[in-house]
Amino acid sequence: MNIMTEASVEQKLSSGTNEPSIKMKGEKVSVHYGEKRALFDVDLDVRENQVTALIGPSGCGKSTFLRCLNRMNDTIDIARVSGKITLDNEDVYDPKIDVVELRARVGMVFQKPNPFPKSIYENVAYGPRIHGLARSKAELDGIVESSLKKAGLFNEVKDRLLESGTGLSGGQQQRLCIARAIAVSPEVILMDEPCSALDPIATARVEELIDELRQNYTIVIVTHSMQQAARVSQRTAMFHLGYLVEEGATDKMFTNPDDKRTQDYITGRFG
Amino acid sequence: MVGYLVVLLLVLAAAAYWIGRTRAIASVNGDVARLHSLPGQHGMFLALFAAGPALLAIVLWSMVTPGIESSIIADRFSAELSGMGVPQVEAFIRDARAMAFGGLVGFADPTKEAAAAVYKSIHTTSAWIIWAVALLLSASGFYWAYSRIAQAYRARHVVERVLRAFLITCSAVAILTTIGIVLSLIFESLRFFQQVPLYKFLFGTHWSPQSAFTGAGAEAGAVNQDIFGMVPLFAGTLLITFIAMLVAAPIGLMAAIYLSDYASKSVRAVAKPVLEILAGIPTVVYGFFAALTVAPYFRSMGESLGLNVASESALAAGVVMGIMIIPFVSSLSDDVINAVPQSLRDGSAGLGATKSETIRKVILPAALPGIVSAMLLAVSRAIGETMIVVMAAGLAANLTANPLEAVTTVTVQIVTLLVGDQEFDSAKTLAAFALGLVLFCITLTLNIVALRVVQKYREQYD
Ligand SMILES: Nc1ncnc2c1ncn2[C@@H]1O[C@H](COP(=O)(O)OP(=O)(O)O)[C@@H](O)[C@H]1O
Ligand SMILES: [Mg+2]
Repeated sequence: MNIMTEASVEQKLSSGTNEPSIKMKGEKVSVHYGEKRALFDVDLDVRENQVTALIGPSGCGKSTFLRCLNRMNDTIDIARVSGKITLDNEDVYDPKIDVVELRARVGMVFQKPNPFPKSIYENVAYGPRIHGLARSKAELDGIVESSLKKAGLFNEVKDRLLESGTGLSGGQQQRLCIARAIAVSPEVILMDEPCSALDPIATARVEELIDELRQNYTIVIVTHSMQQAARVSQRTAMFHLGYLVEEGATDKMFTNPDDKRTQDYITGRFG
Repeated sequence: MVGYLVVLLLVLAAAAYWIGRTRAIASVNGDVARLHSLPGQHGMFLALFAAGPALLAIVLWSMVTPGIESSIIADRFSAELSGMGVPQVEAFIRDARAMAFGGLVGFADPTKEAAAAVYKSIHTTSAWIIWAVALLLSASGFYWAYSRIAQAYRARHVVERVLRAFLITCSAVAILTTIGIVLSLIFESLRFFQQVPLYKFLFGTHWSPQSAFTGAGAEAGAVNQDIFGMVPLFAGTLLITFIAMLVAAPIGLMAAIYLSDYASKSVRAVAKPVLEILAGIPTVVYGFFAALTVAPYFRSMGESLGLNVASESALAAGVVMGIMIIPFVSSLSDDVINAVPQSLRDGSAGLGATKSETIRKVILPAALPGIVSAMLLAVSRAIGETMIVVMAAGLAANLTANPLEAVTTVTVQIVTLLVGDQEFDSAKTLAAFALGLVLFCITLTLNIVALRVVQKYREQYD
């Protein structure tokens, strides 16, 4: 697995430099689903141009926290969010914030690849179209092409842009979904277990991509794979039963965690 | 008499069940776990073999005896019947039969009475025969199965096979009935097309079968082929269906979208059943709603606008029919819209699309095949609908595209052709079968296309 070594080398290089600025900030974030409380006063920062990994046993609230960041919880009737979440120091739950615009700035990639049953081109053009980002067909073509290139998919699909996106392989579909998210030029990309439905080769491909994307975007990734968190992230946050157990530089989390629960989880003693 | 036999066999079956059970348990000295099949399965096995073949024989007997009996009568009385035509012979046998079984007969005469006596004696003999055969079958079936019950006997599989055969028979009955109906439609239609050429029927523009014969009284005979043109009926059907779909398609679709994507759980819990009640209203009720409320309303509204609206108009019938199929369209569309995975809605929302953008650009295109097929099914429903049009659209076979005039439809004409005192082999009544066949072909095609489309669409999300 040479990706792993590459990633860790890069980590070594970056961890020495001064800390990047904070892109998103969660303060005392709590979420209730109806009567049930799923998150307890989580304080977590997301740093610019870094990959932040959220780990923890399933059901501990990783997805719930992720969905707070672009207010996807608004689509669930029974979900109630309290606390404060900021994007560039603006409160995203402020009534003045347009949630449509927020989601354009904070894009999302889901666990199961979910391309629309449209052509590959239309899948990528969807976001720019609804937000009116392209003034002409040529400009739209340009956005589609560059998004597909950034998602590392262009060479594989350039001859069949008009074929259905659902006809691609699982890994290609997931990269198409990433391209689709990139096309609206987000600042932050949220990924909820983006590789859990993929085979190891497709997973490696997506992990490589995440590492490349870090240059231009801030990424938050939920993963159930310790190795993946170690390979792709610079910072890791460990959740347990709705609480944030501990958060810190990935190196430190995996070699010398402060909390016993983190240690047990990374060494596979529970979860 | 044979009724008692059936009851007796059922009692025997119950007894055999109990006996089989007991014997199975006894065969392993009460240690039921050692049996290959459960005691109840042994009981069922014995019961099936004790009563099954006998019951089958009775069914066969009741199907073939009437024919055999009639042919024996016809044979015995061939001298008396020699001068009669086929319908009279049939009537004679019918009457003899009725007299034999104590029914009422219009014109009794000595020959018929003699025939009835013969009938009675034949029937008594044949009933005795079936009693004997049934009891024999029952006894031997019981004996055979009883001797088989043992610890290792696989009664379970035998019962399974018999049940399967039974289920196959049931579905065969359903299928054969359908085939029978279609065949009778086809044959009666062929008789019609011997009198009126197919092209005159399909492409003729004049429909007035009430004046079917060129002559009157004794000269009546030659069929006037030019009055069986179905084009006006077909046009009327299309016009009304079109109006109905203009009402039902948008309203039904919008209602489905609201219910599936906008309505809260509590609204949905009330609105869906209410829509389903709308689907449960008998069509006659819609019919008089159309004739008594909607048609006069359109008429008075037309008057105030200076339009001449017929008191029975295509518009009234079409609109009410549209209302009738709204729940049909909305519940089918609701199903297909709900079948679009939530992950697509999330994906679209995650890109910053609003709800209506998501619906217009993702959900509806994805659900389109399903929606189209829902519409096709609704169209086929509207084409076959009768009651509303009978009551509200009129009987005049006008060839018009004006929705304010009275038109008639294929179904209405079938009703009027068959209502009243008719001989069943005149061109006029046979025309009803031909119309029925055309209607059947149209709705069948629509349904097949619709189901195909739905199937394609289902595969997409598996
Ligand atoms: N839509 C929902 N409705 C009700 N409860 C939910 C919903 N989504 C998540 N939960 C609950 O919130 C808790 C956290 O879930 P989630 O954030 O999905 O965990 P994770 O992603 O870490 O596996 C779980 O107990 C789950 O049952
Ligand atoms: Mg999750």
